[in-house]
Amino acid sequence: MLHLIVFSVFGLVCAAGAVNLLVQRHPINSALSLVVVMGSLAVEYLLLGAEFVAAVQVIVYAGAIMVLFVFVIMLLNAGEEDRTKGSRVAMLFGIPGVLIGSVLVAWVLLERSGTGNVAVGALPGPPKVIGWLLFHDFLLPFEVTSVLVLIAIMGAVVLASHPGAVQQSTQSDKREG
Amino acid sequence: MSLGEFILVSIVKIVIAIGILLTAVAYTVWLERKVVGHIQNRWGPTRVGPFGLLQPLADGVKFIFKEDLLPPHVFKPLYIAAPMIALIFALTSISVIPIGNWITVFGIHTPLEITDVNIGLLVVLGITSLGVYGVALAGWSSNSKYSLLGGLRASAQMVSYEISLGLSLVGVLILAGSFSLRDIVDAQGGTFWGFIPRWNIFQGQIVAFFIYLMAAYAETNRVPFDLPEAETELVAGYHTEYSAMKFAMFFMAEYANMITVACLATLLFLGGWHGPLFGPPFLQAILPVFWFAIKIFAFLFLYIWVRGTLPRFRYDQLMAFGWKFLLPLAIANLVITALIVALRA
Repeated sequence: MLHLIVFSVFGLVCAAGAVNLLVQRHPINSALSLVVVMGSLAVEYLLLGAEFVAAVQVIVYAGAIMVLFVFVIMLLNAGEEDRTKGSRVAMLFGIPGVLIGSVLVAWVLLERSGTGNVAVGALPGPPKVIGWLLFHDFLLPFEVTSVLVLIAIMGAVVLASHPGAVQQSTQSDKREG
Repeated sequence: MSLGEFILVSIVKIVIAIGILLTAVAYTVWLERKVVGHIQNRWGPTRVGPFGLLQPLADGVKFIFKEDLLPPHVFKPLYIAAPMIALIFALTSISVIPIGNWITVFGIHTPLEITDVNIGLLVVLGITSLGVYGVALAGWSSNSKYSLLGGLRASAQMVSYEISLGLSLVGVLILAGSFSLRDIVDAQGGTFWGFIPRWNIFQGQIVAFFIYLMAAYAETNRVPFDLPEAETELVAGYHTEYSAMKFAMFFMAEYANMITVACLATLLFLGGWHGPLFGPPFLQAILPVFWFAIKIFAFLFLYIWVRGTLPRFRYDQLMAFGWKFLLPLAIANLVITALIVALRA
């Protein structure tokens, strides 16, 4: 019972954070709302008995990725955004579309797939179980994913340190100097 | 244990833990001023109480009665929240750190920590990784160039060194086979050949220990990695615009983080509360906590010694050192440890 109450409270916090993320006009407030979403998701994982996933969620998402988000916002010194009236197409089709879509997803999850209820501890929780799954049962997909991430990192490095761009900037520095 | 007992015991333990931590923070400041004073051929605080021992108390009272300025150019909500975030996460991380064995007080058998979780190490890392928000937001919300530069430096530095820090701990985890801090300490009991303790630092993790040491200095923004608050170029870095208790909160958070880092080093590399036990039963119950405190004191003393000795790095040196030296070294240490453990098994 206590579990259910805490779970619902953090579910509400998570949803409120997500709504706040969209409503806020200042990018740093939005980024911090996303941190709240990540944090409450971690609590939800914890309540389902997946303590390792919860810890990783906090360390990786809230503690590293979102810090970089905040870092970039600080670096670019992004100010408050202007509010536009929005497009009429989005109002006419977007909101009903989102409503229908979420009802559809909820219906499928609850009625059709049999995944409606997750008991506490039903998810693989302890680090040993997760390690076994990742490095034994799903070794190939795991390694393929890691290679994919590696390629993405290399791509980012190549894009960021484009040799032509470096030459150009040094030339322009010389001209200015 | 019934629910009422559980809540009562938890509250008592939380109050004691926070009390000890805040006292330790206050006296680490005193120790630092004393030791750095002697290194620089001065006396340090001497006026308030014997050996200046009441100086932290006087400082605390002063911080409380100072005027709390709110500069007009700041982004108010985050400016006020930032020191709270920094302090809250610094104090919370102590909650899963065990300082000794199980004890029995008034018939209640309980571990010497607020709560024993099986992913203790990850909890500490997670909480400390959130602490960077306090620094980053303080720098940004102050709306001043010194603070912004300090905040940017701090977040870049903390994110970079967190990787080496985490990787240096994995070797210990492989040896212990558990994330639980209590299990890790238990795995370090006993001795080799009767006199060398089986601490992880003597089990081949000495390189990892030094990686951890350097990454920890960078994580806590201490000399020689104190670029976020380098006073010769940035006034005071991210807390330039803060005064009175808000400044004191950053100050306390920094020292609380130092103590957390010292606790982790003791638990993971220096054998936790293990040490020679002797004497009557009462002494045997107290001694583990005493050994633990001695090791933390030694680690903190090293911190202060380094501060009194080394100059500050340049920022590009700091980043190059973290990414090009510490990180490859940590990965090499991890691979070698894993190989040895795999071959031994």
